[in-house]
Amino acid sequence: MILSEKGWQTVFDRIKTWARVNSPWVIHFNSGSCNGCDIEILATITPRYDLERFGVKLQGSPRHADILLCTGPVTRQARERLLRVYEQMPEPKFVVAIGSCALSGGAFHDCYNTMGGVDQVIPVDAYIPGCPPRPEAIIDGVVKLLQKLQQGEKAEVGDQKPGELS
Amino acid sequence: MQTDTQRERFTIPIGPQHPALKEPGHFRFSVDGEIVTGATVRLGYAHRGLEKLAEKQNWVQNIYLFERVCGICSHTHATAYCLGVERLAGVIAPPRAQAIRTLVCELERIHSHLLWLGVSAHEAGFDTLFMYSWRDRETVMDLLEALTGNRVNYSVNVLGGVKVDVTEEIAQAIYKGLDFLEERTHHYLQVVSSDASFLQRARGVGVMTRQQAEVMGVVGPTARASGVTRDIRIEAPYAAYADFPPQVIVDERGDLEARFVVRLKELLESYRLVREILARLPEGELTVRMPRRIKSGETVSRVEAPRGELFYFLKSNGTDTPVRVHARTPTICNMTSVVRLAVGHQLADVPLILAGIDPCFSCNDR
Repeated sequence: MILSEKGWQTVFDRIKTWARVNSPWVIHFNSGSCNGCDIEILATITPRYDLERFGVKLQGSPRHADILLCTGPVTRQARERLLRVYEQMPEPKFVVAIGSCALSGGAFHDCYNTMGGVDQVIPVDAYIPGCPPRPEAIIDGVVKLLQKLQQGEKAEVGDQKPGELS
Repeated sequence: MQTDTQRERFTIPIGPQHPALKEPGHFRFSVDGEIVTGATVRLGYAHRGLEKLAEKQNWVQNIYLFERVCGICSHTHATAYCLGVERLAGVIAPPRAQAIRTLVCELERIHSHLLWLGVSAHEAGFDTLFMYSWRDRETVMDLLEALTGNRVNYSVNVLGGVKVDVTEEIAQAIYKGLDFLEERTHHYLQVVSSDASFLQRARGVGVMTRQQAEVMGVVGPTARASGVTRDIRIEAPYAAYADFPPQVIVDERGDLEARFVVRLKELLESYRLVREILARLPEGELTVRMPRRIKSGETVSRVEAPRGELFYFLKSNGTDTPVRVHARTPTICNMTSVVRLAVGHQLADVPLILAGIDPCFSCNDR
């Protein structure tokens, strides 16, 4: 049986989603966080919690990454860099905001040099609250994002029209 | 002149997002082939403006804020701040509270040094040691969680005392955890001073002489690895360090291996201190009453953070908010040594030289 063009497209989409959900590579960017969330992210990938069992790999370069783990309230200095890292990531890309600061500015929401949360700068797909969130919470957040990908919700950020984001 | 310096010179920008460290900092290395000929650093990516925000909040709210200067040494920051405010108010926390502060300080040093051991082993390309040391670090994280309720940002301090108490059950858990960690630390000490491929990365690399260390004003374990006997816990004992004095660990060699050895031996010293504090924990109250308004005046508060001397300046005008709070953190003192020591080394050694001072950019930028 020869599949129609649309049929092949469905097959390819399924393979793409399967690959994406089973092996997401993450990059971590600290946009002015206090380090508390960053050490918990590192604890998440080390043996006790071992996020790698979900196929998640911490990656150094934004050009290789699928998911951006972002911590901190986004300082004015780091804003430009955060945007640049986000733009360097290939489509489709997903952003996870980790910690109270990344959600809303947290303890630093009144500081003169902070933007007040990652979603003020780039669109965010998953929010993980806590100061800092426990490694279990980070795992839960990443797994929820993966489930969301599996159901095909907002699988292609690039497909959305401007203004439709978040 | 210009053509001479420009010839065969290439500048490599690194950061602020870079695979080596988890924190933002921008470095520029000019290289001649593989050899670094010059280095500059640009800091401030994590500058949030905490000191200004502190002027808007009252003395109690600021404890929460200053714990979040740095997630790794949060208790040290809060201790420095609380000791300063207590001195301004003329209040002395009860002996049991001081001992518990000291206990958490030492537990935090253990967690910070194990964290550093893993991260710098990762910089040296020794990921096995990274994974092992972080696995063992979870032991002390569990102890901190059992004692304070939090893994990071413990919120132990209040003005005039502490809010957690050490029960017999927790004390036994700490003894047990420390026995395990002590055994592991002896193992790591053997690894960093005998593993051949690791020694090639660390022995004789990034040597800082005692004279250089004194001229550049480096602090903490970085200075002690160059033979400078400098430790606030002994020079100006705070909290309960007068009753429980630590031994200063000094190494004369000044290279990266010495920094590993000094920090690991400090771990052993911290285990001893924690056991001693638990064995001789004074009885009594946990807090004393603090006034809402703090008497006007200025004071300086110094504590030994895991990375070196932490310095707080506090100024009050008699109201319930501070006029000025300034923190000078150990990383800014040690950063000059990186820029100096990197010159003449191979570019591949630079990440390890940087990790050798245990940099903390969020402390540094505030």
